[in-house]
Amino acid sequence: MFKHILKRLSLLIPTIFGVVTLVFFMIALAPGDPARVMLGERANAEQIEQLRAELGLDKPLIQQYGLYLSRIVRLDLGKSITSGQKIASEIKERFPATIELAIWAMLFATVLGVLLGVTSAIRRNTWVDYTTMGGALVGVSMPVFWLGLVLIMIFSVWLDLLPTGGRMNIRYFFEPITNFYVIDGIIMWFKEGTPKFLVSALRHLILPTIALGTIPLAIIARTTRSSMLEVLQQDYIKTARSAGIKERRVIYRYALRNALLPVITVIGLQFGLLLSGAILTETVFSWPGIGKWIYVAIGARDYPAVQGGIIFISIFFVLINLVVDILYSVVNPKIRLQ
Amino acid sequence: MNQHEKETLLSIEDLNFSFTTQRGIVRAVRDLSINIKKGETLTLVGESGCGKSVTAHAINQLNPMPPGHVDSGKIVFNGTDLLTLKKSEIEALRGTQISMIFQEPMTALNPVFTVGSQIADVFLTHQDMTKQEAMEKAVELFRLVKIPAPERRVHSYPHQLSGGMRQRAMIAMALASPNPGLMIADEPTTALDVTIQAQILDLLQDLKQHIEMSILLITHDMGVVAEMADRVVVMYAGRKVEEADADSIFHNPHHPYTLGLLNSLPSNKKYKGARRLEAIDGTVPDLLTIGEGCPFANRCVYQTGECSRSFPKETIISESHSVWCHNYQAVKTENRQ
Repeated sequence: MFKHILKRLSLLIPTIFGVVTLVFFMIALAPGDPARVMLGERANAEQIEQLRAELGLDKPLIQQYGLYLSRIVRLDLGKSITSGQKIASEIKERFPATIELAIWAMLFATVLGVLLGVTSAIRRNTWVDYTTMGGALVGVSMPVFWLGLVLIMIFSVWLDLLPTGGRMNIRYFFEPITNFYVIDGIIMWFKEGTPKFLVSALRHLILPTIALGTIPLAIIARTTRSSMLEVLQQDYIKTARSAGIKERRVIYRYALRNALLPVITVIGLQFGLLLSGAILTETVFSWPGIGKWIYVAIGARDYPAVQGGIIFISIFFVLINLVVDILYSVVNPKIRLQ
Repeated sequence: MNQHEKETLLSIEDLNFSFTTQRGIVRAVRDLSINIKKGETLTLVGESGCGKSVTAHAINQLNPMPPGHVDSGKIVFNGTDLLTLKKSEIEALRGTQISMIFQEPMTALNPVFTVGSQIADVFLTHQDMTKQEAMEKAVELFRLVKIPAPERRVHSYPHQLSGGMRQRAMIAMALASPNPGLMIADEPTTALDVTIQAQILDLLQDLKQHIEMSILLITHDMGVVAEMADRVVVMYAGRKVEEADADSIFHNPHHPYTLGLLNSLPSNKKYKGARRLEAIDGTVPDLLTIGEGCPFANRCVYQTGECSRSFPKETIISESHSVWCHNYQAVKTENRQ
């Protein structure tokens, strides 16, 4: 088990190297001169040359790449052109918001998706199954930003039940501690004796969670259903039934544990994709996370910020995949022992 | 004679079981009656698709329903008709009084749990005990079915065990009950190689002597029948065609199908005579379009006009031997010795 994890960890290095290289060339080879774009149309040749020198863009590409790699190794992502802040610290500041939203969205998608998938499978070819799977098809086809806007229109504008965006009621005097607002809300409840921060944080989370979680929810439900149907045909399910194990237990322990193997892979992949989905969701809901930050950076032609943001998200994606792999071997004893 | 005085444990009376499919209704079991006495081993013999597994699964209601359904009949176990029981009552019987072992030990054990925990779970379902006690019971059962190093083996996953060992673990699971009454063994040795087969059959014989239980053994292997059976029921296309004690089946078969089955057995004794292995010509009829006549008629060399018109009535050959054939007298008993 330990060896397995070590092996997977050592495979991370070439993967990350590949990611970093890809991101560099993607941006370096994109059309347009960053310096010219940044300075705008009225800048003169001299100013442009100066900025190019500052950014190191006057050097040959291969040398730029070398410099860039040496900075990455020292975990230095550079400075944002627009704010002048270190990119690493900008990411650090915004990342909890993104992760908090992603975790809630994933929890929402996983719990509901697995439940719906299992229900569909055991009620196969009934109206329950048709409704769920039809809904899943609609869910997977819906663009995130559009769904976000529709949710805002219904629940915020028409029904006036939930906030349109942000993470916390702006009238509250609120000093973030961990930057995970739900946790902060709980801490504040203990400190100040009022749950209002927690309630506000949760209320702000509801719509973005649904918007971001709908696609993974649909995919997880469909995967669970088909996997479950396959497992329920297996001999060992018949064995369990023939031994008098209660039907509920047969389904939720004997069958589901096996059916979850492919679902875990999907959950991992979806969690990674969620981070890119976050760019749209965060923008729609003015959620101050990495996604919105990258979106703004793209608009402002802040190349180092875009580069840093993409690298960060990519590495995070790779790490999630590692976690999924390890989780997979915990659930599946066959992998564990190889 | 002793056999007849024993109490009946299970009796299936005029069971009709069919499946609704997209192509029509498949009558998998027709007018089937069998009796199993306490302590007896009854084998159900026939080729694939003859309804022997459906019959076995009908007892503890493991057939998928729908599409399967019981059209008529009774399945009386220890005096109660199982078909009138509620789902929870059937669940309570499974694994306590009626247990089951399956053909494929490779796929019949759950791959993500240790074999010990699967057995312990059966104990925990039916009896009031702690996990620790259940695990100890599992070790005991492993010892009973002669798995070496049982304390260690209970913590193995199915894929870490050999085929024979897995089948032993399956049997142990079927024995995870304070008073196993009936064990249904659905082709328990088909997937195993011959030496392991012999070991498993020995084990079953052995257990039967230790524990007072009846075995309903399903097989298509006449060799297994010879080894295990007290009584034999031969099935063909959903119907019972012959029933007899094991001796009569082998030495005095009256149904042409039984004869065909026996003739298709390879034999050492015939080595000198260089007998070609015989096969029964033709194929099993489609259960969708099968008529009221004898289902074997289209393959039978003794077939007469009557055969395709009606299914024959029971003819009693002796106290322990009955046959369902219009022309059983014409069937020359080809003595195989």
